[in-house]
Amino acid sequence: MIEIDGLSVRFGRTEAVKAISFSVAQGESFGIVGESGSGKSTVLRALSGLNPDWTGRMSVDGQALTRRRSKDFYRRVQMVFQDPYGSLHPRQTVDRLLSEPLLVHRMDNVERRIMRGLNEVALPTSIRFRYPHQLSGGQRQRVAIARALMAEPQVLLLDEPTSALDVSVQAEVLNLLSDLQQAHGLTYILVSHNLAVVAHLCGRIGVMQSGELVELLSADDLRAGRTRHPHTAALRELSIELEEPETA
Amino acid sequence: MLVEIQNLRIRFPTATDHSDAVRNVSLTLGQEKLGIVGESGSGKSLTARSILRLLPSNAVVSADRLAFDGIDVMRADEMVLRRIRGARAGLILQDPKFSLNPVMTAGAQIAEAWRVHRGGGRKLAMRAAIDLLAQVQIRDPQHVAQAYPHELSGGMGQRVMIAMMLAPDPELLIADEPTSALDATVQAEILRLIEDLVSRRGMGLILISHDLPLVSHFCDRVAVMYAGRVVEELAAADLTRARHPYTRGLLECLPTLSHQKRRLAVMQRDPSWLEP
Repeated sequence: MIEIDGLSVRFGRTEAVKAISFSVAQGESFGIVGESGSGKSTVLRALSGLNPDWTGRMSVDGQALTRRRSKDFYRRVQMVFQDPYGSLHPRQTVDRLLSEPLLVHRMDNVERRIMRGLNEVALPTSIRFRYPHQLSGGQRQRVAIARALMAEPQVLLLDEPTSALDVSVQAEVLNLLSDLQQAHGLTYILVSHNLAVVAHLCGRIGVMQSGELVELLSADDLRAGRTRHPHTAALRELSIELEEPETA
Repeated sequence: MLVEIQNLRIRFPTATDHSDAVRNVSLTLGQEKLGIVGESGSGKSLTARSILRLLPSNAVVSADRLAFDGIDVMRADEMVLRRIRGARAGLILQDPKFSLNPVMTAGAQIAEAWRVHRGGGRKLAMRAAIDLLAQVQIRDPQHVAQAYPHELSGGMGQRVMIAMMLAPDPELLIADEPTSALDATVQAEILRLIEDLVSRRGMGLILISHDLPLVSHFCDRVAVMYAGRVVEELAAADLTRARHPYTRGLLECLPTLSHQKRRLAVMQRDPSWLEP
């Protein structure tokens, strides 16, 4: 579904992403982990069309990506950001937020699609005419996911979608993302610094360090400690050490 | 006792009625490390800030006792509070980007904190600032002292913030989600640093976080808050033996790397948790 070959992104003189390559099959979840500044979000932004200064080859569903993308591309590939407070317009109601992608892509049955969209992310229809500030953090992220799904995309790019949420809400959102993938056969790329979250949702994982993709491995190999690069091993060790409660 | 809180209530007036943000919380703290854990809106930050009386102006506070080292904070005037805030009890917030002054160098900010609380000349204060930067394990303190906050990484900024809080040599440190804006690796470094400094200086620590397993690694005791109440208080080492369903829910809903879960447990909130 997604092929990335020799992708590089530059900001002035710094090379944020250095010739990385990977591919993601239809219906697969691919995870990218790394520390801040490792370039993991930059990969997503280049793929989604938010950053035009890239070189290399990228294709989605067999179509090579150019700097300018077609409207259809922006329908098929949608992105969900870390902080729904920053990505939802504060002066627009949920109804308006959800109908915007439908208007842009000239889709019919607006009323029915909005109700279905809310239902799909398990939001009560009573919040339809509320503003983002009247919702909880988890509800806001559900609205952001519902909006991404409005245009019936094939690919969802998820940039730290649960990092700003409480752990109980994180569990609900992660379960929701698995259900939606099952129901729609969506392809995911999930970026996070939380190894446990990535390994939970994704079968294959790429590890980034200072712009390079230093290792590609399966979630099972990561869990079992079959790592090849020292950076992967270090990230894994820290994650395991801190996720278990201390016992006497 | 460094901190004594008895029957603390914090409420906010609403258009028609009022909402209870903190309900009947009692806690004590000596020279130890206490973690307060809970989700957003559970009242954990308000509880910790009430010790410094740093609450929103519309908050209505009442308590049978709210004392810092024997000083009744409820009745203290601004003069007395100023001698506690910063001087005897430091506060570290989540994001150093917002808590550092963007137009002052790191060194100048720490030196200012030093001079306000301890007096002394500029040169002496700057030397002290560089020494403090070395204490928070910054490798090149001379260089970092000259840097402005935007030139520092998140972890570095948080170290500067800690150095500034240590300047007056406080007895208590309140760290309110000090690492939520940082990477896992940096997060562990900063928490180890805080733990180490607190132990070596014999200070009390209140660490506020929503990450229960993480807190248990750096604290002696953990208080779990839900909807404004402390629902369970236990030794960090006994966390796996937690009894309250909310505490157990917090632990069970986390994805882990060590064992795979097909589906994450979703917390079923019981209205009876709201009862005292």
